[in-house]
This record gives sequence, C-alpha cells and structure tokens, in this order.
Amino acid sequence: MEERAPNQAIKPPTESKDILRWLKENLFNTWYNALFTCLAVGFLYVIFKGILTWVLTEANWNVIPANLQIFLVGAYPREEIWRVWVVIYTLGILTGLSAGIWGGLALRLALVIGGVGGGIGIILAFFPAPLSSRLGLLGGVVLLAASLFLGRGRKGMRLWVLGGWLLSFPWTMVWLHGFGGLPVVFTSNWGGLLLTLILAAVGIVVSFPLGVLLALGRRSTLPAIKWVSTAYIETVRGVPLVTILFMAQIMVPIFLPDFRIDKILRAMLGITLFSAAYMAENVRGGLQAIPKGQHEAAQALGLNYPLTMLLIILPQALRSVIPAIVGQFISLFKDTSLVAVIGLLDLLGIAKTVIANPDWLGLQAEVYLFAAVVYFVFSYSMSYISQKIEEALEVG
Amino acid sequence: MADLENTSEDSIIICEDVHKWFDDFHVLKGVTTAFKRGEKVVICGPSGSGKSTLIRTINRLEVHQRGRIVVDGIELSDDLRNIERIRQEVGMVFQQFNLFPHLTVLQNVTLSPVWVKKVAKSEAESEALALLERVGIEEHAHKFPAQISGGQQQRVAIARALAMQPKIMLFDEPTSALDPEMINEVLDVMRELAASGMTMLVVTHEMGFAREVADRIIFIDEGAIVEEAVPAAFFDNPQHERTQLFISQTLQH
Amino acid sequence: MENNSPQSASDKIPFWRDIRVLRVLFQVSFLIGVILLAGILYTNMLRGLRGLGLTLNLDFLNDEAGFGIAEGIAYEPSDAYLRAFWVGVVNTLRVSVIGIVCATILGLVIGIARLSSNWLVRNIAAIYVECFRNIPLLLQILFWYTAVILQLPSVRESFTFFGGVFINQRGVYLPSPQPTSGVKIWIGCLAVGFIFALALYLVRLRKLRQMEQPGFAAKWALPAFLLVAILGWFLIPGKPFTLELPALKGFNFAGGIYFSPEFAALLIGLVIYTGAFIAEVVRSGIQSVAKGQWEAAKAIGLSEFQTLRLVILPQALRVIAPPLTSQYLNLTKNSSLAVAIGFPDLFNVGNTMMNQTGQSIPIFAMIMMSYLFISLTTSAYMNWYNRRINRIGR
Repeated sequence: MEERAPNQAIKPPTESKDILRWLKENLFNTWYNALFTCLAVGFLYVIFKGILTWVLTEANWNVIPANLQIFLVGAYPREEIWRVWVVIYTLGILTGLSAGIWGGLALRLALVIGGVGGGIGIILAFFPAPLSSRLGLLGGVVLLAASLFLGRGRKGMRLWVLGGWLLSFPWTMVWLHGFGGLPVVFTSNWGGLLLTLILAAVGIVVSFPLGVLLALGRRSTLPAIKWVSTAYIETVRGVPLVTILFMAQIMVPIFLPDFRIDKILRAMLGITLFSAAYMAENVRGGLQAIPKGQHEAAQALGLNYPLTMLLIILPQALRSVIPAIVGQFISLFKDTSLVAVIGLLDLLGIAKTVIANPDWLGLQAEVYLFAAVVYFVFSYSMSYISQKIEEALEVG
Repeated sequence: MADLENTSEDSIIICEDVHKWFDDFHVLKGVTTAFKRGEKVVICGPSGSGKSTLIRTINRLEVHQRGRIVVDGIELSDDLRNIERIRQEVGMVFQQFNLFPHLTVLQNVTLSPVWVKKVAKSEAESEALALLERVGIEEHAHKFPAQISGGQQQRVAIARALAMQPKIMLFDEPTSALDPEMINEVLDVMRELAASGMTMLVVTHEMGFAREVADRIIFIDEGAIVEEAVPAAFFDNPQHERTQLFISQTLQH
Repeated sequence: MENNSPQSASDKIPFWRDIRVLRVLFQVSFLIGVILLAGILYTNMLRGLRGLGLTLNLDFLNDEAGFGIAEGIAYEPSDAYLRAFWVGVVNTLRVSVIGIVCATILGLVIGIARLSSNWLVRNIAAIYVECFRNIPLLLQILFWYTAVILQLPSVRESFTFFGGVFINQRGVYLPSPQPTSGVKIWIGCLAVGFIFALALYLVRLRKLRQMEQPGFAAKWALPAFLLVAILGWFLIPGKPFTLELPALKGFNFAGGIYFSPEFAALLIGLVIYTGAFIAEVVRSGIQSVAKGQWEAAKAIGLSEFQTLRLVILPQALRVIAPPLTSQYLNLTKNSSLAVAIGFPDLFNVGNTMMNQTGQSIPIFAMIMMSYLFISLTTSAYMNWYNRRINRIGR
C-alpha cells in the first residue's frame, strides 16, 4: 500500500471544472438522461418563448390596475376601505407581537408574511397602482416589524396577545360590517380577495368547534351518537362542495322561511357545514394517535369524560393535527372559488364580471392569469408555512 | 379457593367470585380474596394470567361482569357516584407511566386535586411540591415529562397518584418499562410508601421486592388464584406445582 | 358460589346515577334533539312548499323534460325527466372514468419524474406540481374553457393533425374505428391466439417452476399473442375495422368521435389538477419504501427493472392505494364543476330540472344519492383491494 504523509491530504478534483462536472452528473449521466435533458430544454424553449412573447407583447395588462380595487375588495365602498387597512394592521401587529414574544416558529411565520406583503408591494410598484395602497402595504410591513421589536422578550403579554387573536376574528367581522356610528357595509357588498379570505377564515374558525364535536361523536362509545356523527361526516364528504353550496342557497330559504339570510351568509353556512366534516376527520386522526394510557391515567385520577377530553386528550390531539388543519385551510381557500358558481363576487367571481365588462372584452387569459397568480401566492406561502409548522412540531 | 372467612371487618378491598371476559376469552375465572387495611400484597403470575386485569377491576378501569368488588365499603357497580368516590380513594401507577406529556411535572401532580377535589391552586401546588420532594424530584417540577428519565417519570407518576390522598395504591408492573439502573430508585420510593402504612397492591416481577416488602403474595395463573401465602412460605415452600415452576423460572433471572 | 348478592346491590342504584341508564337516557335525548330539529325543518319545508303550490312527490320524474342535452347517450327533449337525469349520470361517469385513467397516467409519469436523477426533469415536474396544485380547479377549468378552447380557430380553420384529428372552437373530432364484416373473423383469430398464448404461458410457468428460477412467465405468451393479432389483421380478407374520418358537412363536422369544448375543458382541467396531486401521492409512496430495499435488491443481484417491479412497487402500492382512492373520489366529485361551463353532468342536468320543476328537494336528494353511491362503491372496492394487497406478505 502506498504511504502518504498525513498532511498530504488528497485534494478533490480540480475546482475549475465544477460546472461541467455538475452538468455531467445531473443532466448527462446516462444516455437516456441526456435525451431527456435535450427534450426538456426544447420543451422549455417552446413554452417560455410562447408565454414570454404573449406576456410581454400581446397581452393587455391594463385591465388589472384599472380594476385592482374591485379585485381586492369588490364593491366595498371606496370611502370605507380604510377599515380593511385597519384589519390588516391589526393582524400585522398581532403577528409581530407573537413573533417577538414566542420567537421560533412564530418568528418565521411573521417573516414569511412580511416577505409576502413586501413582495406584493414591490410587484405593485411595477403597475400604476395608487400610491395609497403601496404606502398602506409598506405601513403594514413597518407595523409588523415594529411590533415584533416591541414584543421581544415580553412574556407577560402572552395572554393579552392570545386573547387578541381569539377576538380578532369576531372583531374583524363586526368591524367590516360596521356598528355604532360606523356606516354599515352589508355583506352583499363584500367581494374580491377580501371575501375569499373571509369565507376561508369563517370556514375554518366556525367549523372548528363543530368538527371537534363530530370527531368526539364519531369516537363515542354511545352507538346513537356515533352513528349520527358518522352518517353526517360520510354524507358530506361523499358529495361535492358545489351541491352543498347550491343546497344552502336554495334550501335555507325553504327550511328557515322566517329568517332573512343573505346570499353570503348562506354560502358561509354551506362552507362551514362542509368544512366541519373534513375538520372532524382531521381531528379524529389526532384523537386516534393518543395512546390509550392517557385515557386510563385520566380516569384513574378521577377525571370525568368532559374534563378528560378538555384537559388531557384534546390539547394533545389538536396540537398534532395543526398541519392537517392548515392543509385544510389551504384547500378551503381554493375551494371558496366555487361560490363564483352561485353568483358571489369573490376573487374569481370578480374576475368573471371583469371579463364580461364590455370595456375589457377578450381579456379572459389576462384576468384569469392574474387571479391564478394571486391564488398561487397565497396558497403556496400557506403551504410553505404549514411545512415549517410540521417541521417545528416534529422537533418539539 | 380462599374462603370468605378472612373478609373480616378490617378488609378494605373484598373481591367475591370476580369474572371478566374479553369477548370470548375468560380472563378472570372467579377470583375471591380480600385485602386488609395497610396490607402490602404482591400479585405475580405469568404474562396473560389476568393479574393486571384483576387490579384494573379494582378502580374500574375494567368492568367485572360477574361477582362483587367492595372497596372501603363502596360496592363497584354502574353507580356513577360510587365510581367517582372509588377513583378518589384508589391511586394507580402504570407500567408506561402515562404522564401527560403536554403538562409540566407540577401540573401533572396538581391536575386532579385542582379539577376533581377543587383544591385551591396555590394549596395544591404546595402539596404537590411536598410530594415531589418526598419522591426526590422537586428540582424537576417545572420540566416536561419528556425532559426527565424513565425512573424520574415513574416517581412523578407515584406522586401524581398520591396527590389525591388515596387510601389504596395500585401498581401495575411499575418497573417493567424501566432500564435496569432506574428500577431501584422507583422501588425505594415504593418501600418508603410501604413503610408509611399505605395499602398497596403491586403487580410485579421484582421478587426481591416481594420477599422484602410484601405481607402476602398472590400467585395467579389462567385467571384464577393458584396460591397465596406469606413471602417466606411462598418462596421456600410453594405448595402448587405451577407455583414451583414459576418461582424456579423467575428466580433464575 | 353464584349467590344473589351482586344483583341485589346493583338494583338499588338510583337511576340518575346508574351509568347504564344514563347512557340510554343521553342517547335518547340526543336522538330526540336530532329528530326535533329535523321535524322543525320538515314542517317549515312543507309550509314553504305549500306557499309555492308544490307537493312532495316523485311523479314529475315521468313528465316530459322538454329541454335538450348537448351530449351523452341517446336522448330527446320529449323523454322523461328521469331519462334526462340518467344522461347526466352517464356523462359524470364518462368524464370521471376517462379523467381517472388519464390523471393516473399523468400523475405516475410526473411522480416518477420528480424522483429522476436528471436535475432538469426533476425540477420541471416539481414546478408543474406546485403550480397546478395551488390554483383553484374552477379557475383552471374556466381558463381552459374561455381563454383557450373557445379562442381556438373556427370550424373552417380547424387545426388538423394526421388528416383525421380536428380541433376547433366547437370541440375535438377524432377518427372512429368502424367494424366491418371482417371483424368476426379477426375476433376468432384473436381467440385462437389467446388460447395459444395461454398454453405458452402455462408451459413456461411450469418450466420456470421446474428449473426453480424466477422469471417473467409471460415472456413468450405476450409476443405470441401480439404476433397472431397482427398477422390476423393483415392476412384476413378485408380489414376488420375501417377508420371513419370526421368530415366537414355544412357548418360542422360529422362522423368520428366527438368531444365537446365543455367536455374537453372539464377533462383537461380535472386531469391536470388531479394529476399534480396523484404525482405527489406516487412520489411519497415510492419514497416511503426504505432505501435499504433498493440496496438489498441490488445486493442479491436484481436488475433495476426487477427491483422496481418485484420489490419497490408492491411495497409502494400499499402506501399509495388509500390516498389514490381519495384522489379518484375527489376527481369524481370535482366533475360537478361542469355546471360552471355548461357540461351536462348529473349536477348540471339536476340543476336544470330544479329550475324547470321547482322540485328542488327530491332532485337534491337524487343528486346527493348518486354521488354518495359512486363514492361509497368506490371506497368499498378500494377497501377490499387494500385488504387484499395488505394481506399478501405482511
């Protein structure tokens, strides 16, 4: 065997050919990979050439900035839009404070949200977007950063911030609707991305307690409760959301003739009833993962069923299903687009009305692509967040 | 089968012809025995003999289907109030510790005093700290179960059971899931508890502990009591063939 | 030993503390609550229906539908509502089945491509998945329909491929094979070939067993069968099939296989969207098979193809089957988005029926039962299949 002085370590192959080596290893390592690479390059060339030519020369993008406001908030009155900004700022402050107080995961989430907000601001700079909305967005990012700084290390504020999060949802609904001296903005005027987000939030938040009850019901040892819960869950999961949305539109006035429930509330009802069944299955997954010993230990200590569930089982089960619930929120965020079929003006519904506007005829591709990008940005950043949550939970 | 004559006034637990089935499997085939106040009884037997099931029927984690179990004058039945009372009088320690992983050590111990006995939180905490000191882990009070060793977890579990101030403690193979070097720290706590006069029913394979601490040893096989005797008689002069076999196999280890 | 003391003790329990009684009471009151709620809704409904002058029955199903359905099995506007609904059901099944087959193939290809050692292929597949998963399906369907298919050239300027495939804004026209008189002889030929191939298969199987060697038992049978089929095609007098080409007649094409723009848009949307999800299912399924399995298979000298066929896929299939089932069900349920572009699936036809008759309650019940029937039979079949593949070697 060849002897070598210990300090004469073998150097890796020369660095200068790194790119070539990378190419060879990753693109041309076998004859068929070389073939695939050539095909892929050709494919990309055709696609990108087509898309870029269209995007840069043929498409008429004026339709987007001209309708930006209704894309974002629908028919929400122009002079009341500051209320939407207040909501954004509140959520920004809460996110910033949480990030400052808890650090870790919350911090990363805040960075993602801040990044998305800043990113949208930068994108808006390329459009002749109104200065106010760009400044508004900038203000939101600044507020987020400031409250992050403010919240650092202030453990004492934990309960306040948690309470703030709990109240933020009902407060948002009441605030946007208007109360006291604030002019009322009827839900029928809510629209665009605002409506999309609200529908998804309602679908998750309101369906959560329902879903937990259904999941407990399905795992109950009482046959009547078990079968009713199972039948509900399986029926709802077996039919498409569109049927449930239509049913809410048509049947609610028949079943509850004494209440005047407007279209958006009916859609919210449909989405909530739909979402509850899926939420129940997610929660059930978490419940099943709790070892039997936890139930037994709680029983042996004399805890009754409600206390066992509230203090022992649910806190553990819900923690483990957070990623699944975020996943459900993402698909619900996309699924809310179905309300466009029943004539609501969510982001997709607005897109359809813009296309139908005689001023902007023939711009289907532009409008739908814009909507697609908005959906994508939200949906993709949320799945990034959920991935991070999953990683954090696995470690913790 | 042991006669019912020894179910005298000072018996705290009385089992009469207790039967239990898991579907078609007859786990307990008419167990009759009684435990005196302050008595320490070790229950042993091969795996699957029904020894764990027996002590789990005593705080009704398992429901017996025939026979009678009376704990401190309260009969175990479908009466909700009786079950609640018995669970407060009987503490239980499990093989897998079964600590609540989302709560700190201190919260684990104060949980049932606060929520079941409605003791004020500050009072429950000072009592819990005293108990934790008694089992020797007061310095870990604010850690989570996953941050301490198995032996420490089992000691917390004992403290948690004691926090209800039970009259009887049930131990279901408390050292079987522990690494060998941690077994003694748990047995020491149990010895101390035995010395304090607690009524203890212990399912265990620790024959040294049995010989040293037990007032009586019950040997169960195939769902029935085969033999019961004081430790000296049990180990040195077992009457039944199956007992002899069990002892010879166990003591080899 | 069995004295009466246990019974006498439990008899004394007051009912409000007896667990058995409480369980029954709790369930009974729960059921009463459910029934009460249903009853309130039901009486409200009856009141509402009376206000509209409707009664709750199914007689209307035999009335003349009176509306046209653009595509599907044979149907006339003069047919009954029930027939119209059935046309919708068949259309749903048609788009779902074709969609499932295509989405599975696409998902399999993309899923395997995501694990490719080729950097470019791997990343194109990843971008595909991320893009199409994160955009609502309805938006995608509307895009394909209004921004792509309806913007295609008019009938007279159709895209033409191979002289027989025509694509234009009215839809997609494919040549259709028409059986001729020779088809029976050819089918006979196939039968003979099949028997021959079966014999070869059995012979080789026995031989492999005798030699105690593993191998591909159909190695002779498959080529033999193909050979007979091809020889038969060319040797028998007259071709067994002729291709009927779509031909421009007046303002439209006639003949051949026809897919409407609605069908095409729905199918493209469903396949591309579901394909992205199936790709993820396939990828995680293959990745779930431990790396040690590849290494172990290599160590005992299996080739890459053999490893995939004998070791990896059977294990991956177990992981893949359940999520794949739910993707199939999702695709079927998502086909109801047809209503947004006017493809006459069961929901869309049902919706039209509701608008015409006002009988929303029975029609909703029919729609939901149809979807439930499809869902439950599919999941029952897949559960059976799961049990079967899980029983083997576990």
